[in-house]
Amino acid sequence: MTWALVIDVTSWVFFFAGGFFLFVGSLGMLRLPDFWARLHAASIIDSAGVAFILAGMMLQTGFTLVTLKTLIIVGFLLITGPTATHAVANAAFVSGSRPKDIVEDATVKKSLTKTRKKALKKSAVSAPKPKPVA
Amino acid sequence: MFAFVTITIFVCMVMIMIRLFAGPTLYDRVLSLNTFGTCTVLFIGTVGLLFGRPDFLDIALLYALINFVGTIAVLKFFRYRRLGDAPETQEIATSESEAPQ
Repeated sequence: MTWALVIDVTSWVFFFAGGFFLFVGSLGMLRLPDFWARLHAASIIDSAGVAFILAGMMLQTGFTLVTLKTLIIVGFLLITGPTATHAVANAAFVSGSRPKDIVEDATVKKSLTKTRKKALKKSAVSAPKPKPVA
Repeated sequence: MFAFVTITIFVCMVMIMIRLFAGPTLYDRVLSLNTFGTCTVLFIGTVGLLFGRPDFLDIALLYALINFVGTIAVLKFFRYRRLGDAPETQEIATSESEAPQ
């Protein structure tokens, strides 16, 4: 009897944590100023929110086939979420979008290695000029 | 208590939907579409548990698969302007003005 109560309470703690992370992530997607900032909010939903809520569901269903299905969903979402986010970020970078307030730092430039400098120069040639994001 | 989780996920989906309609660039929309799909997977799962029908998790798994493939397909289409066959020349959409919004 007490064991079932412990499982229940743990599951609700997971649900509350997942709901909190989901709310914070979607609020960030709504309020953050920049596409590159909104990526962070989306990654919170993709990792913490999904993991906590599906863990709570796993605790609620006990040890059945449903748990296995939930486990499959968790594994799939934890692999594909970051992959899709990376694909979106890469597409946005290639298309020339850049973060808003990039400050060119002289000391950082001086400390770069030669190969990194060469790669930066090449990418500056191939990538089009960043346009101001509306 | 499942109702609480379901309502929370629904509120989050509404907020993400506002960003999907208001997003200034194409990539905002694609990102919020992907996140909306993830939230939909969670929503289907919790609704299934709320109404005592855990079979909904099959639909959630299917939705997760389709969501990932759909996001990649949309990105590939807007980069190469075609789906399916490999492009001969890499035509990359250079500016956001070329991408239809």
